[in-house]
Amino acid sequence: MTELRQRAVREPDAPPEDKESESEAKVDGETASDSESRAEAAPLSTSADDTPEVLNRALSNLSSRWKNWWVRGILTLAMIAFFFIIIYLGPMVLMIIVMCVQIKCFHEIITIGYNVYHSYDLPWFRTLSWYFLLCVNYFFYGETVTDYFFTLVQREEPLRILSKYHRFISFTLYLIGFCMFVLSLVKKHYRLQFYMFGWTHVTLLIVVTQSHLVIHNLFEGMIWFIVPISCVICNDIMAYMFGFFFGRTPLIKLSPKKTWEGFIGGFFATVVFGLLLSYVMSGYRCFVCPVEYNNDTNSFTVDCEPSDLFRLQEYSIPEVIQSVIGLTTVWMYPFQIHSIALSTFASLIGPFGGFFASGFKRAFKIKDFANTIPGHGGIMDRFDCQYLMATFVNVYIASFIRGPNPSKLIQQFLTLRPDQQLHIFNTLRSHLADKGMLTAATEDE
Amino acid sequence: MLELRHRGGCPGPGGAVAPPPREGEAAGGDHETESTSDKETDIDDRYGDLDSRTDSDIPEIPPSSDRTPEILKKALSGLSSRWKNWWIRGILTLTMISLFFLIIYMGSFMLMLLVLGIQVKCFHEIITIGYRVYRSYDLPWFRTLSWYFLLCVNYFFYGETVADYFATFVQREEQLQFLIRYHRFISFALYLAGFCMFVLSLVKKHYRLQFYMFAWTHVTLLITVTQSHLVIQNLFEGMIWFLVPISSVICNDITAYLFGFFFGRTPLIKLSPKKTWEGFIGGFFSTVVFGFIAAYLLSKYQYFVCPVEYRSDVNSFVTECEPSELFQLQSYSVPPFLKAVLRRETVSLYPFQIHSIALSTFASLIGPFGGFFASGFKRAFKIKDFANTIPGHGGIMDRFDCQYLMATFVHVYITSFIRGPNPSKVLQQLLVLQPEQQLNIYKTLKTHLIEKGILQPTLKV
Repeated sequence: MTELRQRAVREPDAPPEDKESESEAKVDGETASDSESRAEAAPLSTSADDTPEVLNRALSNLSSRWKNWWVRGILTLAMIAFFFIIIYLGPMVLMIIVMCVQIKCFHEIITIGYNVYHSYDLPWFRTLSWYFLLCVNYFFYGETVTDYFFTLVQREEPLRILSKYHRFISFTLYLIGFCMFVLSLVKKHYRLQFYMFGWTHVTLLIVVTQSHLVIHNLFEGMIWFIVPISCVICNDIMAYMFGFFFGRTPLIKLSPKKTWEGFIGGFFATVVFGLLLSYVMSGYRCFVCPVEYNNDTNSFTVDCEPSDLFRLQEYSIPEVIQSVIGLTTVWMYPFQIHSIALSTFASLIGPFGGFFASGFKRAFKIKDFANTIPGHGGIMDRFDCQYLMATFVNVYIASFIRGPNPSKLIQQFLTLRPDQQLHIFNTLRSHLADKGMLTAATEDE
Repeated sequence: MLELRHRGGCPGPGGAVAPPPREGEAAGGDHETESTSDKETDIDDRYGDLDSRTDSDIPEIPPSSDRTPEILKKALSGLSSRWKNWWIRGILTLTMISLFFLIIYMGSFMLMLLVLGIQVKCFHEIITIGYRVYRSYDLPWFRTLSWYFLLCVNYFFYGETVADYFATFVQREEQLQFLIRYHRFISFALYLAGFCMFVLSLVKKHYRLQFYMFAWTHVTLLITVTQSHLVIQNLFEGMIWFLVPISSVICNDITAYLFGFFFGRTPLIKLSPKKTWEGFIGGFFSTVVFGFIAAYLLSKYQYFVCPVEYRSDVNSFVTECEPSELFQLQSYSVPPFLKAVLRRETVSLYPFQIHSIALSTFASLIGPFGGFFASGFKRAFKIKDFANTIPGHGGIMDRFDCQYLMATFVHVYITSFIRGPNPSKVLQQLLVLQPEQQLNIYKTLKTHLIEKGILQPTLKV
């Protein structure tokens, strides 16, 4: 305890993630870059400048501000190029990348927790946090991936048992972690330990569930993964551009650099971008088809007959726009209509995720989540607006695009008891008969 | 800025503890000291020191009010303080148990309401502790937001689970159908509205507190609401799946206490100095025996054994069915080493009794960890009881802390070992599909059932 006392007395070392050198606001402009945290950053450790040497030399002539701008720009392009490469490499690599991003985000947030609570020395806690991450991931992967790999799982005996008792096994693993936590409670550190426990669980709730929803969306079709993420990125960039050129009225006290002009301009630009992007992507099977695991080739394939959503249809234009465009009908993919909904969400509600992260950073007096990406901060800084997007897309798909998966229902049906199966069958029959779908012909088949 | 510098300069704990807690701070204020050791660190240091000090610096926990009714006080005024306490606890225990029996008698719907009531009270208790710890009474919007989130999450869970059971009822009403079909979307939209309100309500000097309360609310929801919904799902499986686990935990509490009282010698865990190994092990064996007997008694009655169903014609819940194999007496051959003791070759048991051994074992061995967790929590935040709701016992949470893990365990046990996925859920999902898909599935199922001989091909409705 004495060490905690001393910490309060002497100027503690700032958490390593505070960066003194970032005098420029970020591109998104919404981080805690206000004057107070910078002024208070006096005792911070010297800023870690992560930019690679080559960039440093190339840009050494420019002034500090432009250099920063260039570093950000180059890194932005590098990230976008990286994104394209991964898309090219296929769904398996995408899944792995999502997993890595999730782990890194978890690590960043937990590290902030450690710094806030000075709890490096808590017994067991690092191990327990990572253990919980593993448990929750195991649970989610088991629930979702099993469905997709159903045939593979049914073949292999050990996998089949793991899948059958999956919930029980996950629960047992979690319980072990819980009991270890209780046993690790140390007399003088109860509160800290409970805080870290709570912190870990909230982080898991945010980070792991989102990443699994992202993977769900991915399996629905890569377009459901790419369009939402691109819309959020586009909204970030467009809002910044509009704000840079036309920005005048501040949007929210939390992020003083955001403006209404940027917000609205970003909204319209993102909707247009979403429409164009979905038009371009709907033409290709590899984006549009659900990802399936092929038993014969033992790999993921995206090959199918595109559903109605991805077939060009004719829409008649409302009279209002007819005079403007000069066409009476237009050929669009129905998916483009959905993309309007997705882009709207990305522009209007997505920023709230960013505000949430800004508030969080101000609350805990950090400038960035970490120093992973030079010029941009941590991985979390890049993904903060994506939080709600993944959940929204998943809920949207489940509600509006498709109902439950028919083949999965059949699988579940087959595991029921015979009397339950009969009961369901009879109910279904009477339901279909009510709707007039059952004719004598079908009954006799 | 000047006052902040002074704060950073003065010796930490002495300066932090000696003045009354509110000095120099705005209520719930956030302080940007240049040393970045802001208010939370100060609080931590203060509380961290308090761990080694007396409890005199606990922030504003009200003195325990003695809520025992006047009648009891008069009746027991003659006894000494210790026995009086013991009697109050005893009487309240009996009262609670009889209340429990009464509600069981009144049926499953009342039980559901009771579970819901308990959940809301537990949530309230934990949130109130959070308010006190962070002195955040004055935070804008926060009380409203906490209750709003509780409502949202409850709406989501009730829609997911209970709606399945009401499938026939729901199919009739058009508006309910709409709500069911888009249930996830509606729940998500409601939650989002709360989330956006939270972001908009962030006030400059209270960021950290607001985030803490946000996280506190979410963790509380995670604990109380999910558990209560799992309890209700277990209830729908059959009231016995609700009664036997809860009774096992209560029995374990009581018998562990009794064994500890009479035979207790070796302390069990530093966290709860009153628990002993003798109590733990004695409680374990008696709980297993109790569970075994309770399972035997309850398995006879259809009322307890049958899944709860909602009958649309009667507009109420009924529990009528053909008891499944689990609840039909079967002959088990006694293992040789017990033959001598029991002098019988076979014994008739309900298979459910074997499962009850598993449930009781969990209740005795792992259930107490829930109690230790709650003890640790109370020590961490320097409270004696969660609340003062029940005289002699504390708050509702104090009674239910060992039940936390039990409900989840029972649910996981049922889905893993007793039955597969929930049939009502499968049915509900079937009914949501497009008609063409339904027809396809119907044909597939028909073929499958005929193959298995469950359905006669010549059967015509």
